[in-house]
Amino acid sequence: MKRFQSKITGLVVCLAVAFAFTLVSRTAKAEELRIGFLTPLTGFFAQIGKDMRNGFQMYLDEQGGILAGAKIKLIVEDNLGKAGVSVRKANKLIRQDNVHMFIGGLLASTGYALAPVSTRNKVIYIAPISAADDLTQRQKKKYPYFIRTGWTSSQPSHPFGKWACEQGYKRIATIGADYAFGHETIGGFQKSFEDCGGKIVQKIWPKIGTIDFGPFIPLIKRDVDAVFTLMVGGMSLAFPKQYKAAGKTAPLLGGGTSADEFILPSMGDEAIGYVTSLQYSASLNTPKNIAFVKKYRKLYGKVPSYYSESNYTTAQWIHEVMKKTGGKWPGRTRFIEIFSKIRMDAVRGPVYLDQDLNPVQNIYLRKVARLKQFGYPKAELWNTVIKTYTNVSQYGDIGRAKFLKQPVYSRNFPPCKYCD
Amino acid sequence: MINLLRNKVIIVPAVLLLLALISPFVPSFILLLIIQVLIFGILALSVDLLLGYTGLPSLGQAAYLGMGAYLAAILVDRFEFGLSCDFPLVLVLGILIGAATAAFFGLFAIRATGVYFLIITLALGMVVWGVANRWNSMTGGDNGINVLSRPACGVDLSNDVVFFYVVFVVYSAALGGMYVLVNSPFGKSLMGIRESETRMQMLGYNTWFHKYLAFIIAGGYGGLSGVLWTHLNGIVTPEDVILTTSVDALLMVVLGGPGTLVGGAIGAMVVVGIREYLSTWVEWWQYVLGGVYVLTIYFLPEGLMGLPKLIKKRRPARKSEPPAEASSVET
Repeated sequence: MKRFQSKITGLVVCLAVAFAFTLVSRTAKAEELRIGFLTPLTGFFAQIGKDMRNGFQMYLDEQGGILAGAKIKLIVEDNLGKAGVSVRKANKLIRQDNVHMFIGGLLASTGYALAPVSTRNKVIYIAPISAADDLTQRQKKKYPYFIRTGWTSSQPSHPFGKWACEQGYKRIATIGADYAFGHETIGGFQKSFEDCGGKIVQKIWPKIGTIDFGPFIPLIKRDVDAVFTLMVGGMSLAFPKQYKAAGKTAPLLGGGTSADEFILPSMGDEAIGYVTSLQYSASLNTPKNIAFVKKYRKLYGKVPSYYSESNYTTAQWIHEVMKKTGGKWPGRTRFIEIFSKIRMDAVRGPVYLDQDLNPVQNIYLRKVARLKQFGYPKAELWNTVIKTYTNVSQYGDIGRAKFLKQPVYSRNFPPCKYCD
Repeated sequence: MINLLRNKVIIVPAVLLLLALISPFVPSFILLLIIQVLIFGILALSVDLLLGYTGLPSLGQAAYLGMGAYLAAILVDRFEFGLSCDFPLVLVLGILIGAATAAFFGLFAIRATGVYFLIITLALGMVVWGVANRWNSMTGGDNGINVLSRPACGVDLSNDVVFFYVVFVVYSAALGGMYVLVNSPFGKSLMGIRESETRMQMLGYNTWFHKYLAFIIAGGYGGLSGVLWTHLNGIVTPEDVILTTSVDALLMVVLGGPGTLVGGAIGAMVVVGIREYLSTWVEWWQYVLGGVYVLTIYFLPEGLMGLPKLIKKRRPARKSEPPAEASSVET
């Protein structure tokens, strides 16, 4: 009988413990914010993927993994930089990990693939890097749960075209990677450059991943005032070298990725003078940025690129939302509502979202120079800021209504009126 | 012997029935993987017909999957066709376009055998990839085509469980059809070609035509799997049509056991399990996948389906065991 009794007590204790356990885990669950993160960790784009993750992780670590009382569970998945894999991994994050939102995607194609997943499953998708124009433009209606904290491809190009005009450039040739991101970046530049009287006289489209520009550089016309490039990855490294080696002297202008901080450390003096435009530069002379660069460099051994900054800012942005809700998950619609009203004081400068949930922000024109700064002992290549355009929206000076009426920038739009 | 044979055949419907019963209760992500396995199972059937029964190692089956997938996506994207009760028609069109493509490609491919066949099918597969990648205005190029919702006809296929049953029925029908086919006189003639083509020619068979027909049927199966593939993922990109998919399909069959029909689905289970599930746990999943391939080819030339036979061979002393149990594992 006694044995039976002790058995009963044992059972009761067990049950009580189990009950307490479920209670504890349930209360813990209420304050847990699960964030899925999709980024390439293996394959061709692995390095960039790691920069993205590091940026996000760095902010979380600064906050001790807790944003305004909500414990963050960050689940990182490797998408290999491919659209199809991204979709399947996002499905895993949504179904298995039950995430509140997922973040990431590098190439425009992953952005285009992931946005419908968010619509289908009614889960928020935040894109800090993926810059495909139409996701926050003509197709925005299809993707109500899509937020962008980065940029659209053509956004930095609009003020750049105007600047090129003001420099007195009349005739410019373009050479850029033959895919959506290239078409949109160059399209935006052409639009604003020609709107103020410049002429794009030639457009060359090497395929993405081209390393040998031997067949293309001789094609560039001799009488152009400048050459506008849009390079990504290894292309960025190869082009200026071969361009200078071929004896070309026309100044180089380019989209942000043609000479971003990711590629600068591997470049040589051939890059000096390269002017590019982007919403971030590591050599921004603000206390916030200097602290960010120093800390990031100490942690990860390299100067942060916009890949890191954008993800850092995204984490900070989520933090601001959670501050407003007191650490409680407000539901997806309310989350987007609060998110879109926050005016961020980010590392890159002031940022807020426009009505299509794309950032309105500073665009920096950056010129590559070799100099010592921020107390680092060696003279290195930096993207020095030569001009700042404030509050630039994705529609530039064109205005939303008029902009949305024109087709998305592509190989054939704007048409090359002055090409022969 | 007859009893044993009957057991073998009956176990497949039994397993399928079990799958149909438990699937609604598995976690939703696992369900998605099961659907993926079944779709690849259909593609593997097409490879198996060529490799396992006809002796033609095709390295370009992704092309037909791609044709079906792009057809489904383009019909939805351009004509809003295939999102309601016309979906079964899209399945048929998918089969037809896969078969038509194979009928065209077959003209070039069937003349070759062995490694040369492998290379030609690979090249033809890359042609489809090239078109998908470059024909921006039709295929969306690198970005691919999004299909925002699945078809709904009375029931909404957006519900994964419903979609599972659709795929399940299609797979079962495809498997049954293929079973009938390979056991028909036509199927026997294909096996004859696999064993000795010259002998079949001597017997008066037009072996070219038989192989051509098999190639077309395989293409149809590929197209069918493509339509389902588009609706599973909600997107089709050139990435789906790339060589990797073809290699995967071939290896699934080799892994499961060529000439066994269901072996392809078993191989698909292993590959999908490692590629989609294990990869969410560990970063070194690719080594596991590679290791599985190497080990299978070294130790299991007949694939996983050959495993029971191998075990039986290794233990000849235990004859007293009831044979029914051993045969129930083997199919």
